Amino acid sequence: MTAAETRVYKLGEFHPFSAGSRRFLYLVPAGAIFELDAAAQSLIDRLASREASHDQLVAELTAPGFAATDAHELIAELYQSRVIVAGDPTVGAVYDRAVIDRTYSCDDAPTDFPLQTLVLNLTNQCNLSCQYCYEFGSDKVATPNGKPKFMDFETAKTSVDFLLDQSAGRRSVHITFFGGETLMNFPLLKQVVTYARDRAAGQGRSIDFSMTTNATLLTPATIEFLSENRIGVTVSMDGPADLHDKLRVFANGRGSYDVIEPRVRALIQNHRTRPITARVTLTSGVTDVIRIFRHLKNDLGFHEVGFAPVTTSPNRLYAINDRGMDQVLEQFHVLADEYLEYALRGEMHGFSNVSDTLSELCQGVNKSHPCGAALGLVGVGPSGDIAPCHRFVDSDSHALGHISTGIDREKQRDFLRRGHINSKYDCHTCWARPLCAGGCHHEAYVRYGDTGHPNLHYCDWIRDWTDTCLRIYGAISVHNPEFLRVFGERKALS
Amino acid sequence: MKHLRPLNQKASRIAGQTARPDEEDVVALQNAPQRPLRPHIPMGCSLSFSPGWEVDSAGGTAGLCQPVERDIYDCYVTCFWPAQVPDHLNNYPNWASKCAAATKDWRNLDLVFP
Repeated sequence: MTAAETRVYKLGEFHPFSAGSRRFLYLVPAGAIFELDAAAQSLIDRLASREASHDQLVAELTAPGFAATDAHELIAELYQSRVIVAGDPTVGAVYDRAVIDRTYSCDDAPTDFPLQTLVLNLTNQCNLSCQYCYEFGSDKVATPNGKPKFMDFETAKTSVDFLLDQSAGRRSVHITFFGGETLMNFPLLKQVVTYARDRAAGQGRSIDFSMTTNATLLTPATIEFLSENRIGVTVSMDGPADLHDKLRVFANGRGSYDVIEPRVRALIQNHRTRPITARVTLTSGVTDVIRIFRHLKNDLGFHEVGFAPVTTSPNRLYAINDRGMDQVLEQFHVLADEYLEYALRGEMHGFSNVSDTLSELCQGVNKSHPCGAALGLVGVGPSGDIAPCHRFVDSDSHALGHISTGIDREKQRDFLRRGHINSKYDCHTCWARPLCAGGCHHEAYVRYGDTGHPNLHYCDWIRDWTDTCLRIYGAISVHNPEFLRVFGERKALS
Repeated sequence: MKHLRPLNQKASRIAGQTARPDEEDVVALQNAPQRPLRPHIPMGCSLSFSPGWEVDSAGGTAGLCQPVERDIYDCYVTCFWPAQVPDHLNNYPNWASKCAAATKDWRNLDLVFP
């Protein structure tokens, strides 16, 4: 008797979905996506209501005329890929090192994970006073008192050296310029680009750059520099004037739309080397996703537009309530359908929320942590303090060391242990965990006071959105698989 | 793979793994490779906890949850403890052969004289 014949099978952990008449599954422990043929589907349907032994399954499959050898083969294929699993759950588990790690350890993040990205907060000063700002608003974690307001060149140089030193083995690394308002320290940005390029070239490596800005200070000269140096630009912008000006205001309360509109147009027209992205923060009253998207994509001409609900404690006036979130999601669905139509024609639609998820689905990511913070990415504040990411910059309680002395490994380990998917028990039964992994550390801190707390307030929303993107992925892979190749290559080589 | 069509990179890697013909091995009478990380399940009486042997809830022996005679076998078979019972591994393998049920047949257990 072979081992197979003694097994009692049940369904493994997967999320089924369909697109048109085709049926798919998202295999949760792996992050793999498979399309099922009719035979596989019928086997899964049989196991949906009850467990079945090998012999039972073979008998049921062969009854309608399926050959016995084919039935054995089908069962073996589904078993080996863990779409179905057999009786004793510990048997599979103990042989599989990865499963052991996932089951028992929160420490399996490699401690020598080389850096990939450094976010340089060139300044913590800003010329706008957006009410929801996580750096200055009511939920801020930053404690900037007594610290430098602008980064100096020495700190920036040390940071670049630190990045190159700590990213050994990576062919290409990345610097993101951030603020405050990044362009308030544009002279330093220019110096850093020159310095970092030289240093990287000296080591035979490449370095690229991106930045986030509120666009108020863009001039023809800055745009020319950004374009010439292939610096990717993300503009924080919340839509047409009536929506944008609600919260994105100057200190005197005046909206910033009129100031940035001509500058944004000039940026998109003259910066031709990298796609220009808009990043929209959704707040209570600013949830008109479709109108915002149309304005930013069609009227202004952004290449990509991405949306995220504001990070906030739930009682703030600008927090979106559940009904508001449902409306947002409804509109996301409309844009997602549109995205699919574009994709089937081989065109880019520009709704980043879909592209970003497709990209992760394409690779089949299975995250131990929600993002690269404190792993491949760290933020550096004007003072040279190292933070898990730009959102924690200038916060004493979250600092992970200083650029002159390096990363405090003990603090880093603590941050990573708390943020690890294994320490988030609520997530263990969720099928969307390979992509979400509990969600943003900073959002968790603002909501729950702990960076390692799962973001339970948006679970339903994440599952719905992941399911939507899976269905888009399935449909594209059937009707226009060529389209997905872009995503396969997008992050693969970094 | 015939019935599952891999649609992303992770699925392709799984397809590559399962395509190996040696995957489904016969495992009867063959121990799985011991990994250092395998969960350790302690064996032996000193680590097992069976309450209600010595006294019952009233302080007597009438209502024990296990017969007192059960004590004998805890040192004889499940965990040999040479100070208290004969050694069943080498010298006295038949010491308990006349004692099928300890509560009834305990009188058949005799002393041994090494």
